[in-house]
Amino acid sequence: MTEMIKADNVHKSFGSLEVLKGIDLVVRSGEVCCVLGPSGSGKSTFLRCVNHLEKINAGKIFVDGDLVGYHERGGKLHEMKDSEVSRQRQQIGMVFQRFNLFPHMTVLQNVMEAPCRVKKEDKAAVRDRAVGLLDRVGLGAKKDNYPGQLSGGQQQRVAIARALAMRPKLMLFDEPTSALDPELVGEVLDVMKDLARDGMTMVVVTHEIGFAREVGDTVVFMDGGVVVEQGPPAEIIANPKQDRTKAFLSKVL
Amino acid sequence: MTDLKTPERARPEPIKAVPVRHPGRWVLIAVLAVLAAMFAHVLVTNHQFDWKFIFVSYAPGKRGVMFTGPVLDGLRGTILLTITSMLIGIVLGVFIAIMRLSDNPVLKAVAFVYTWFFRAVPRLVLAVLFGNLNILWNRIGFGLPFDHQIGKLFGINDLNAQFYSVKASDLLAGFVAGMLALGLSEGAYMAEIVRAGIQSVDPGQAEAATALGLSRALVLRRVVLPQAMRVIVPPTGNEVIAMVKDTSLVAYVPVTFELYFQLNAVAARTFVVFPVLVAAVLWYLILCTVLMIGQYFLERHFGKGYGATGRARQKLRDIEAEQSGRIVVEGGGPT
Repeated sequence: MTEMIKADNVHKSFGSLEVLKGIDLVVRSGEVCCVLGPSGSGKSTFLRCVNHLEKINAGKIFVDGDLVGYHERGGKLHEMKDSEVSRQRQQIGMVFQRFNLFPHMTVLQNVMEAPCRVKKEDKAAVRDRAVGLLDRVGLGAKKDNYPGQLSGGQQQRVAIARALAMRPKLMLFDEPTSALDPELVGEVLDVMKDLARDGMTMVVVTHEIGFAREVGDTVVFMDGGVVVEQGPPAEIIANPKQDRTKAFLSKVL
Repeated sequence: MTDLKTPERARPEPIKAVPVRHPGRWVLIAVLAVLAAMFAHVLVTNHQFDWKFIFVSYAPGKRGVMFTGPVLDGLRGTILLTITSMLIGIVLGVFIAIMRLSDNPVLKAVAFVYTWFFRAVPRLVLAVLFGNLNILWNRIGFGLPFDHQIGKLFGINDLNAQFYSVKASDLLAGFVAGMLALGLSEGAYMAEIVRAGIQSVDPGQAEAATALGLSRALVLRRVVLPQAMRVIVPPTGNEVIAMVKDTSLVAYVPVTFELYFQLNAVAARTFVVFPVLVAAVLWYLILCTVLMIGQYFLERHFGKGYGATGRARQKLRDIEAEQSGRIVVEGGGPT
């Protein structure tokens, strides 16, 4: 299997605060990688580095073989132009903790916006695809509603459909269920499981250990800006080797 | 899923409580009614309100002062000046706000200096200044900058490398000078309003749009600005209404194509002052009323998807559907 994400000694600081202290990580095509760890461990920051929402200070990140955010010419890195970064981002879907749907557009407009405006695809075709995606996440009937009229779980499912409308080859989920009422978590996880079954490559930052165990191909445990432990869920969650992992899991399980 | 049904019980008598009394309100209404009656009495009986002078005819063979030809022309001028200077102000304001918030330090500095200058100088002073700018230049045009100096450098006297130029006194006088003075000044105020609007939008919105691959321009145009409008429109309504009244400053440019100047001219000719002032008040009231109606519809448009009204209406529809048994609640359902 090809490597969808390859992170090589990634460092990231905000001012004097070093958030990522050398992350090495490989996510293969078709794999679901769940990232666990306490808050402040750098999991979300790492995710945001993968689509260049944050610039890294050292190291390299490759997505599908391409260096993210830079061109490498003659052993030197050149910053990409905004338009080139945008083109890279189109391949990477992202789902946020707080949904971030566009409140002034209907659900359908939210899903159609990027394919129509960015890829300039035919509107009728995009519309069909958008309706199909909304049906898939179980919200076909809500297509003409505004996000403010939906529950949190419904909004997050729309956000997933919106990301999928760009036909990404990689999906990043940044704590997709952390802002939801406990009752509504299941419906979002179901959509994500469905995606995983379809072979989508996914990186999921989550606190849902059950989801990681059931759906994850690999589990990565991060703390203090480094990867403490990684491997198949059966190993990491059932038999953690590191004391830090054990301590974390004993609290959340 | 458990399906525990609470047994439905017979509905008790609806509550019929004695409402709280508000005697203060009745006192207030009585006081206001007396004041209103006194005001109406003055309007009708005091001869200083010469209604015939205002509405019907202010001199033999003339219409009332509100509707006489020059005053209507002045009204047209005021409206035109308001629209053009606000357009200049809004367009400039958007660009300057974007410049101020950009990463480019040069653009930032330019925007700051612009706002600093045009907010510092009073509009009245600007109006007079722009009326006198043609003292600085004879002609204004497009072409090679410093053409005279460059010509001298190569020994050519009076090199003229202007492609197109007009006499400054033609361009920078009267209406155009007044419009520029008001519009450029408005741009500085609008820039601050637009900046506040842009900054009020949740940064997560721009982030989500960026992650979808939208360019910076698209993020701004499609996602950030439409949401900023909700914050921008109410103070802009203020600005438009203030502008209607500030147009009277262009009398100092001087521009005579303006409402208050024309009304004043009638007062000066007829030596009748008070009814003319009443006519001015009435016209400004009418203009502001029209503008406020426009603002209401704009706010409603940009409030789409927000606030209680839309959600309440949706909820009502859902409840209706539920009770007539038509609803199919998908997973989750409305909460």
